Amino acid sequence: MSDPNRKAPDVTDTVNSTRPAPPPPVALVNPANRNEGAPRGGDEQVLRLEDVSIFYGDYQAVRGVDMTIGRHQITALIGPSGCGKSTVLRSLNRMNDLIPGARVAGRVTFHGEDLYARDVDPIEVRRRIGMVFQKPNPFPKSIYDNIAYGPRVTGMKVSNMDELVEKALRRAALWDEVKDKLKQSALALSGGQQQRLCIARTIAVSPEVILMDEPCSALDPIATSKIEDLMFELSRDYTIVIVTHNMQQAARVSHRTAFFTAEVDEQGERHGRLIEYDTTNKIFTNPAQKRTEEYITGRFG
Amino acid sequence: MAVITPGAPVPAASVRRGRRRPGERIIEGFLVLAAVVSIATTIGIVVSLLFPTVEFFGEVSIVEFITSSQWTPLFSIKQYGVLPLLVGTLWVTLIATVIAVPLGIGAAIYLSEYARPGTRRLLKPILEVLAGIPTVVYGFFALTFLNPILIDLWPSGDKPEFQNLLVAGIAMGIMIVPTVASLAEDAMSAVPHSLREGAYALASTKMQVATRVVVPGALSGIVAAIVLGVSRALGETMIVTIAAGLKTAGIPWSPIDGAATMTSYIAGAAQGDLPVDSLDYLTIFAVGTTLFLFTFALNALSIRLVRKFREVYE
Ligand SMILES: Nc1ncnc2c1ncn2[C@@H]1O[C@H](COP(=O)(O)OP(=O)(O)OP(=O)(O)O)[C@@H](O)[C@H]1O
Ligand SMILES: [Mg+2]
Repeated sequence: MSDPNRKAPDVTDTVNSTRPAPPPPVALVNPANRNEGAPRGGDEQVLRLEDVSIFYGDYQAVRGVDMTIGRHQITALIGPSGCGKSTVLRSLNRMNDLIPGARVAGRVTFHGEDLYARDVDPIEVRRRIGMVFQKPNPFPKSIYDNIAYGPRVTGMKVSNMDELVEKALRRAALWDEVKDKLKQSALALSGGQQQRLCIARTIAVSPEVILMDEPCSALDPIATSKIEDLMFELSRDYTIVIVTHNMQQAARVSHRTAFFTAEVDEQGERHGRLIEYDTTNKIFTNPAQKRTEEYITGRFG
Repeated sequence: MAVITPGAPVPAASVRRGRRRPGERIIEGFLVLAAVVSIATTIGIVVSLLFPTVEFFGEVSIVEFITSSQWTPLFSIKQYGVLPLLVGTLWVTLIATVIAVPLGIGAAIYLSEYARPGTRRLLKPILEVLAGIPTVVYGFFALTFLNPILIDLWPSGDKPEFQNLLVAGIAMGIMIVPTVASLAEDAMSAVPHSLREGAYALASTKMQVATRVVVPGALSGIVAAIVLGVSRALGETMIVTIAAGLKTAGIPWSPIDGAATMTSYIAGAAQGDLPVDSLDYLTIFAVGTTLFLFTFALNALSIRLVRKFREVYE
């Protein structure tokens, strides 16, 4: 699928071989508590963080995080501002590489392979692990070219690009709204449409994992609910990790929730820590940690 | 500040301006003056070119000016075909552009996408200093340094002349690289970081981010940088005077010939003691008008190109 000229890291084979047929169908439960459905394929770990600390220069922004992310699940990262959610998320597809001075210690593994090993190609990593940002950031190109961008740059062999564009847009529940203006600038779309376009653009390269950093924070409630529906729909085929400030959103869409907060150490420095990680149900109904409960109930953070 | 009691009507006079702020008016007046002066200057230049040009074409036919292949106003058999000067200018401009555009844009891409912040902080000012080197220095650089090398390396056939258009074009290309690079880099740096992140998240390589996202996003600025560079090349005088010489006669078909350009002819002719009302004196204005039209056309063309191709981010 990818350009043979690119340096192919050994992640490739592992991924292909561990990618079986579509997951067993899951009964769509009442949307208000979809996440109560039985965990799907959740035993299989896609991403795993072991004692991960992340630095910006000398500053340790995140300290000692251990967590695993299950296949075809939606994992929500919640916590007060500045606790390192985005930092952790960006470490999962090596977007932190783009920040001068950013460094990851510990191990982040993807299907058991160290993402930060020397021979891993970060570009291939990002092809398998896509990302959607807080502010919709479509390219100032046509809607069509936005979708076709990823397949083109990754050298995917596409026999029919029109078809691929349509499929991606349908997947992102955007096709009906834009099918007559594919050649128009993506910037003419509304914010919510732009964000769905960005999701479609990510899907177009068939990643395995989609990382979303507060994807709805710039959107109105209707656009938000469309994206939530979409996420839930996508979780049949994709593993999704989402950062959100919206507690209801985490409760509505995610299977598992990780609660982070910033702790002050002996030197008076603030570091992000993972406080509790469990099924969303457990976190929201019966959290083990007092701080989690305080945050969830709005008494803190 | 007056205390406003909630519910109480605000006195109507409170929004009225008691007296215009005098500083505001002075500044406004100054800005209007600045705008008027620049427009008036442009009009003045056009007019001062136009009248002598019209006078010139009263004596020499436009057809001869455009079609004759000889420019020999100072010879005994006088012919007034502008083509030799025009071709000289085009050679130099073309060579300069071919050198400056790839180097300038390449340097800009390096600075904005590849260089570490420290490297960029160091290189950008150096580039800007380079852009300020007087052109006479480039002229001697071409004549005494570049041309001997060029002649040495010349593979076969006729060697470049002691003064020639090629070496002048190369020197001029080098001269405008910093201008193009610096302005293009400004335009590229202005492309929002979020677009780069979006592209990287779609598994782009650095080069793909640069060529498919940053360059299209910065296109209008890049074209402006190129146009400014090319305009400088068109209007540049010192380098061509020194490195390409002032020889005029027939059309310089080969860039390794020495020949005058429009600008170097004007500079050369203006130094001589031509009687003010002579036809020879008027040639300066006819050539000047031609040059002006070219620069004008270049700018108009670039505006259209930019409108057509640029990708507007917000
Ligand atoms: N590029 C950077 N350079 C230096 N420090 C950074 C950088 N990005 C984030 N940080 C620091 O790392 C810590 C965690 O930031 P991060 O953006 O991950 O928090 P967050 O949980 O996503 O917050 P928010 O909810 O506000 O988005 C903060 O203290 C922040 O100041
Ligand atoms: Mg964040």
